[in-house]
Amino acid sequence: MRLVLVGTSHHHAPVELRERVALDREQASALAARLAEGGCEAVCLSTCNRTELYVACADPEAAERAAVAALAELEPEVEEALYRLRDQAAGLHLFRVAAGLDSLVPGEGEILGQVRGAYEAGTTGPLLDRLFRQALHAGRKVRAQTAIAESPASVSAAAAALAEQVFGDLDGASILLVGAGKISEQAARNLVSRRARIAFVANRTTDRAAELAGAFGAEPLPLERIGEELVHADLVISSTGAPGFVLDAATVAEAMGKRRGRRLLLVDLAVPRDVDPAVNDLDGCYVYDIDDLQAIVAETLVGRRREAERAESMVAAEAAKFHEWHASLDVVPAIASLRARAEEIREAELRKADALLGRLDESQRRAVESITAQIVNKLLHLPTVRMKQAAAAADGVVYAEAVRHLFGLGEDER
Amino acid sequence: MAELLFWPALLLYGEAAVGYLGEARHPGTAGRAATWGVRLGWLAQTALLAVQAERNDGFPWSTWAGSLNLFVWLVVSAYLIWGCRRSFRLLGLAVMPFAAVLLAVARAGGGIAAAGSRSPYSSAFLVLHVGLVLAAFAGFTLAAALSALYLWQERRLKRREATILRRPAPSLAALDGLAARTVWISLPALTLGIGVGLVRLVTDGDRVDALVAATVVTWIVWAAYLVLRSLRGWTGRRAAYLALAGFVLVVLVRLALPASHFA
Repeated sequence: MRLVLVGTSHHHAPVELRERVALDREQASALAARLAEGGCEAVCLSTCNRTELYVACADPEAAERAAVAALAELEPEVEEALYRLRDQAAGLHLFRVAAGLDSLVPGEGEILGQVRGAYEAGTTGPLLDRLFRQALHAGRKVRAQTAIAESPASVSAAAAALAEQVFGDLDGASILLVGAGKISEQAARNLVSRRARIAFVANRTTDRAAELAGAFGAEPLPLERIGEELVHADLVISSTGAPGFVLDAATVAEAMGKRRGRRLLLVDLAVPRDVDPAVNDLDGCYVYDIDDLQAIVAETLVGRRREAERAESMVAAEAAKFHEWHASLDVVPAIASLRARAEEIREAELRKADALLGRLDESQRRAVESITAQIVNKLLHLPTVRMKQAAAAADGVVYAEAVRHLFGLGEDER
Repeated sequence: MAELLFWPALLLYGEAAVGYLGEARHPGTAGRAATWGVRLGWLAQTALLAVQAERNDGFPWSTWAGSLNLFVWLVVSAYLIWGCRRSFRLLGLAVMPFAAVLLAVARAGGGIAAAGSRSPYSSAFLVLHVGLVLAAFAGFTLAAALSALYLWQERRLKRREATILRRPAPSLAALDGLAARTVWISLPALTLGIGVGLVRLVTDGDRVDALVAATVVTWIVWAAYLVLRSLRGWTGRRAAYLALAGFVLVVLVRLALPASHFA
């Protein structure tokens, strides 16, 4: 069985092209089943950043043609943006994908689940089963043993991580959303996913405030009342289109006086800024604007790339293990034939000596059986190991042929 | 035997102090090595104290230097409760250099070989008085270390450092809450320790010395920490500064004044 990969990704195709070959789970499953017809195995991995077909087949040329045709059927233009990889290179590619090393943001966590989903929906056999299980294992290992996925990769994730630096567990933390735009909504959703609670939504137009507040089970507020509710909030996320400050230092200072030392984090995502920078000088107040958050994200991405270098060597080692196993498949039939031939000779010789051995008692006969079996095993141990090593070094087929020739394996059948 | 156990303990505490310094610059291996240094050093010092206790017929830490040895062990024990967690590793930077230096001072003062000298006081009194006061001071030391870490972390947040998320550190809320909880446990121990000492003072008709007076002032500062926190909302930065002021008094009581008291 040979491994073939045909696909395209964000490195090779713009989104307008990728979206035309993107498949949902059912479509991906159906395509994999179609490519696996005739004794092959196939998995289709389709995400917003890539569509890749992994096919294991005895005839790699035919498998590659079928995979290219399947993608070209979805969008003929994609053919020029396709990459085609075989065996070791194809395996290493999947390992890198699963570890998040081929992602737009190195180490992003979603891809591991997407690879698992594709594997579950695929038509797999011994080769792709092993490939995908090992790739998933490598992906988990990279995330556990490096810090590649620890830091936030977006402004909203950075805001949530900062909130955790101030408050620790965000369970039940109360959020005041000022401005009901998309950006603040996104940041709020990230915080809600960490079990924070949107308590108030303040906006210049009360309709939009009520709509967003309804979605989060919060209370809508007119902008004029945010000073009052500052007393109760732990976190303020602001992104209005107001030309001046919506929250000045005096308003926040007044609220802080009533908070009995409780900390307040203000995340200002608006340009021009909504929160007076002087608020940061107040005791217990921490103000972050969009530039601060972007600087944090840029810094963490540098950190991720540094960790990605460490992850590459881990992934390469895991991929090498798979390659070793895959290559050993070339010599397994030769090894099996050799061992069968040796066993056949051993048994035949014992039968010949049956008249002599007949005089031995049961335990003596068992000892002779055991000794002869051990001699055969010891003789074959080194050739077996060497053949597997040769297989990993790409000489496996040559060695297997030599062994077949030297021991006359398969000649009886001819 | 005591000497044989002292040196590994000191070296391992020293290794931990250096390791935590490395952790502050590049989080990872250095921090793990430091944590193991603390664990193994603590085991060595525990064995050292066990040898001292076994060699003596009573409470063997009634001298100034001997009590310093016990104090270091209590500080490291308290630190080990949280210090092994990854996010609290930087706390070791405040605790372990201090512990290593004090252990060396304890040896220089004869606190390692001091076992064997008999105290005129009963073991029960010494355990209650010296043991409780030292345990409370160890708690205050940890609270001060947590407060120092709070101020460092708060400063980084205030300065909006882009690297803020690079080094794992506990949240401000966790540091503040843990410091307060540590004081809540330590202050009753100090109260009881002082109480036992005062009873003995009155019974023996002795006079209040500078150490007793300073210990009472220390008690007042830490009591004020809890009262102001509960009644006036003094949390965060103000509480951290107050804890550091209390710690200065702990250092004064432990290192500067005890000569006359132990004499």
